Amino acid sequence: MAKAPILGLFETADHAADAGDALKAAGVSQADYDFLTDTPYPEGAFGEREEPHRIYIFPFVGALIGLTVGIMLTSMTQLAYPLTQGGKPILSLPPMAVVTYESTMLTAIVFTIIGIIFESRLPAFKQGLYDTRITEGYIGVLVNVDEDQLGSTQALLTQAGAIDVVRNDGGSAA
Amino acid sequence: MQEGKPLDSRQVNRELLVSILNSPKWFFGAIAVLGFIVLVAMSSAGFMINQGFGVTGLNRPVMWGFFITNFVFWIGISHAGVMLSAILRLSKAEWRRPATRAAEILTVFSLMTAMTMPLIHTGRPWRTVYWIYTLPFVPYDYARGIWPNIRTPLVWDPSAVYTYLTSSILFVLVALIPDFAVLRDRTTGMSHRIYGMLAMGWQGNARQWKLQIIAGVLLSALILPVFVSVHSIVSWDFGMAVSVKSWHSTIFAPYFVVGAVHSGVSAVAFVLIILRYIYGWQNYIRHEHIDALARLLIVVATGWFYFFVMEVVFGFYGREADEIAVRNLQFTISPWNIWMMIFVGMTYFLPVSIWLSKSLRRNLWVMSLACIFVNIGMWLERFLIIVPGLARKQLLTFDWYTYRPSSVEWIIIIGTFALVSMLMLTIARVVPLIPLYDIKEGEILRTEIKIGRVTVPAVFRED
Repeated sequence: MAKAPILGLFETADHAADAGDALKAAGVSQADYDFLTDTPYPEGAFGEREEPHRIYIFPFVGALIGLTVGIMLTSMTQLAYPLTQGGKPILSLPPMAVVTYESTMLTAIVFTIIGIIFESRLPAFKQGLYDTRITEGYIGVLVNVDEDQLGSTQALLTQAGAIDVVRNDGGSAA
Repeated sequence: MQEGKPLDSRQVNRELLVSILNSPKWFFGAIAVLGFIVLVAMSSAGFMINQGFGVTGLNRPVMWGFFITNFVFWIGISHAGVMLSAILRLSKAEWRRPATRAAEILTVFSLMTAMTMPLIHTGRPWRTVYWIYTLPFVPYDYARGIWPNIRTPLVWDPSAVYTYLTSSILFVLVALIPDFAVLRDRTTGMSHRIYGMLAMGWQGNARQWKLQIIAGVLLSALILPVFVSVHSIVSWDFGMAVSVKSWHSTIFAPYFVVGAVHSGVSAVAFVLIILRYIYGWQNYIRHEHIDALARLLIVVATGWFYFFVMEVVFGFYGREADEIAVRNLQFTISPWNIWMMIFVGMTYFLPVSIWLSKSLRRNLWVMSLACIFVNIGMWLERFLIIVPGLARKQLLTFDWYTYRPSSVEWIIIIGTFALVSMLMLTIARVVPLIPLYDIKEGEILRTEIKIGRVTVPAVFRED
């Protein structure tokens, strides 16, 4: 059966956490519900599952690419236009270090940004069920359930203290 | 650091988005005045480019004057952003919350403004394109077999500044995504569509917030070394120059970095006071925040003063004739010695005396004045490093000269201050200068603890 989203709006973190517990008790998989807030709550505040990510790989990959590009740019530049100064070697490391360092850091930072956006699953071209009251401080509990369970989930969310429950089919109940 | 009253999400949205959703009446007037000053400055730059460098006060041997002084000054101001944002974020300092965004944006605009200075200073700015491109989209002038000399600080400098600028812009944009979502939810029509695109479909789920928090810490840690490198490399524009004795100093890199933090943090404190006043953000930019900045500035200023004294002591210690000639000019010949006294007084003695008093630290008028003094002083510092060094660059006295800035230079310099002010006001019309989610996070972590017979405001802190 196709799954449909349903969004419960809660005034307090305690009620939202209660809703999470009730959903878990009702056998809803943790992958099927999420908590939407307008500010970062301490991790685990709603009893939500841990979100695995690979963000720390991105800066390392970026730094390696930047380091390689930096070394190539600085060494090849010096070899392409050799300026001998005072009998010093053409490939001199101290001046190469600065540009190489900057290119390493720049690429690491750019890759970190790409990683953050990618790992945050952004951009989300098709926004799912959402309510603008979330950015007013309400806590949204977004649940994906089988269509035939929408009614029971709505009742569960309301029982947990939702001030409103929003559905894609227009069904909304206080 | 929780002296204010509790705030709810709606109030935070309403009050912090006032600069965007309900633009004050004076806004367009202020933009018009500042825009006019910028236009006059641009016209002056155009006049200079048309007429040549003869209309400036630059002449041999003083070929670096107001423009390069101003370049170093604005690079210095840019150091506030990362100083406050990264260091305070990494150390989880609670009072960072209202200051970070304004500081980061000030970084971006001051860097952009700084980079206009060397371009104007070239006298033929369009030729600078050959530094990077010889054909459209074809980097470097390899067609003529010429490559940039990566051994010179003048190539290191733009590579560092553009790394810092790119990183700062990306840092600001990533941190803005959740606030763009708030604006998306509060606007209609074209604004709604634009903010919607910028928010990229942000919903504020647990995963997105987790990544956002990691982003803040990770990017802070990555940008910090870049921040230190930028002003170090700017200092090497001078320090690596063997031919100018008073510039050729190993202490320049830390001296410049600490000086940049000093002027930058003072500028941020001033900007925060202005924002508090014009947008009525008393609930967010509180006396405790300005107080904390002032206390931080005492440490930074003292560190800076130590480097300043060391730089002078080392200068005298060598007893080289051309170094002594520069110090003689700086400390004994009018008007340079007067400028020197004004510079040291304004940068250190006057503001630090003010910051030592709690009541003065919390007096916003006095604090504004102290911050302005620091920045006048720090501008003079760069001027008094650059010009006397060049004026006494040559060993023989008949090659000595001085420098008098022309009205064209004055107008361009004033224009840069108007430009940064205009850009800050304009951006305040588009993005919230205080991060909404950061303030809201502070509110949910707020608590009170009872110790004996007194109840004190406190804040929970995650590990």
